Amino acid sequence: MDSVVLLQRQLVDYTAQLFNEGFLDDQFNQLQQLQDESNPDFVVEVVTLFFEDSERLLNELAKALEQQSIDYRKIDAHVHQLKGQQLQKVCIAFRNYCEERNIEGCQKCLQQVKNEYSLVKTKLETLFKLEQQVLAAGGSIPWPM
Amino acid sequence: MVGGEVNSDGGKTDLHVLVVDDSTVVRMVHRMLMTSLGLKVQEAKNGKEAVDLHINGAYFDLIFMDMEMPIMNGPTATRELRAMGVKSNIVGVTSCTFESAHKDFIEAGLNHCVSKPLTIAMISSFLPDSNNK
Repeated sequence: MDSVVLLQRQLVDYTAQLFNEGFLDDQFNQLQQLQDESNPDFVVEVVTLFFEDSERLLNELAKALEQQSIDYRKIDAHVHQLKGQQLQKVCIAFRNYCEERNIEGCQKCLQQVKNEYSLVKTKLETLFKLEQQVLAAGGSIPWPM
Repeated sequence: MVGGEVNSDGGKTDLHVLVVDDSTVVRMVHRMLMTSLGLKVQEAKNGKEAVDLHINGAYFDLIFMDMEMPIMNGPTATRELRAMGVKSNIVGVTSCTFESAHKDFIEAGLNHCVSKPLTIAMISSFLPDSNNK
């Protein structure tokens, strides 16, 4: 029983840390509230889809920036689809570089975005692993504060 | 809790909502939010799909329209729907925080314009028997 409590505590602390660092926001709480017996994996499904979509988007952005004749409008449209509070400043800069047709600026922003997505993905994978450990130990997932 | 209690009784299961957004993730999340309120949800990937649905005779009590979409964006789709005589409540949903962008979108024929992300409280406020009407 103690190990379950310990795991639950780790999960709550880690979730709180992610909220404090801005990796999670209230939308995550809303997604968790939508998860129930009929949709037990909803949060993982949404997050998985989010990262699959993002990976596709980042690949398309990289490809678009490698073209001989760069279509900045297409790049701008892709950048618009990037999501995430922490990426707002980078996305604004990215779109400004698109307007200025500044390829170096665009490439720099793309790298920043890739780094950020990689970091968020790692953090959320850790979170979901912790949840699985709690469930495997016979515990239930406590709501975040 | 923001917005008070929401239950899925009182005729909400008769309400048809159209979610127009080019992002699969956004459509998935918004669908779940609305389904949890007992609403019947249909999706469109862009403004043209939304317009085509109406041309083919569909009717919706409430439409959530994203602003920036490929093929046909939110403002253009909204203008077309209004020109066709569509009187549904159309709520613009935008990730853009600039007021000028909201203003242009509203002038296209929206009833309201809100920033992403949608919440259950926000969605409830646009339903017919909401106190916010």
